[in-house]
Amino acid sequence: MASLLFYILGFIMLAATLLCITRRNPVHAVIYLVVSFFALALMFYLLGAPLVAAFEVIVYAGAIMVLFLFIIMMLGLAPQETPEGPGWQRWLPLALLSASLMICTLLLILQDPAAGKPIGEFYLAPQVVGEALFGRYALAVEVVSFQLLFATIGAYMLGRPLPKGEDS
Amino acid sequence: MMIPFGHALAFAAVLFVLGLTCVLLRRQILMILIGVEIMLNAASLVFVAASAYWQQVDGQIFSIMLMAITAAEVAVALAMVVYLWRRKRTLIADDFNGMRG
Repeated sequence: MASLLFYILGFIMLAATLLCITRRNPVHAVIYLVVSFFALALMFYLLGAPLVAAFEVIVYAGAIMVLFLFIIMMLGLAPQETPEGPGWQRWLPLALLSASLMICTLLLILQDPAAGKPIGEFYLAPQVVGEALFGRYALAVEVVSFQLLFATIGAYMLGRPLPKGEDS
Repeated sequence: MMIPFGHALAFAAVLFVLGLTCVLLRRQILMILIGVEIMLNAASLVFVAASAYWQQVDGQIFSIMLMAITAAEVAVALAMVVYLWRRKRTLIADDFNGMRG
């Protein structure tokens, strides 16, 4: 039952992502991406990662996608102003390249002997993850906190008013 | 979970290629950023699946780190998007073709 659910969620995720990358309106694209993230969060839960699943919903769908929507609405991007990519002749080679890359990767993955082995029953309680995160990986947490600080400073620097004469 | 490890990796590979296609094909900067998000999520799925396959906690830790790094990346990238919009009033990547020292 759980494995059937995994495949259903996987196809929901891929379908939502495919719809997302083909939308002309960025708001619709973000909404489809949220659907894809919800399906991915449930896949994480099935793979025994409830904490990562919760973070996927809270951080990705809840914070990052809302940030995208906020920027889209703040700039007032209308669908008319966002023409889709180059014409068919121009993007067909890129699409073929991506498709052949995907086929090669899938063949490479599925021919590996380890690929046939099933993922065993696994469930990691949030407490275990937290203990590892703030025990063995405490230094990494500090480094990531520095990175968030740098990102805040960078966003502030970019958000300053433009000097005179550089505005459009 | 009795699904083979390869199937989880295959889902992640297809998701990654979809994100890569989005980055390569779309011209709007916000859609390019969305493609980067999709690719990072595919990497996250690989980490979690590997964590379940080897019954270790490390994959999930890396997945959480990846989320923090993505949040930092999105903050800077969206600040750049606002900056570019103020400079040229457009978000089509082809229009940013000039350099000035």
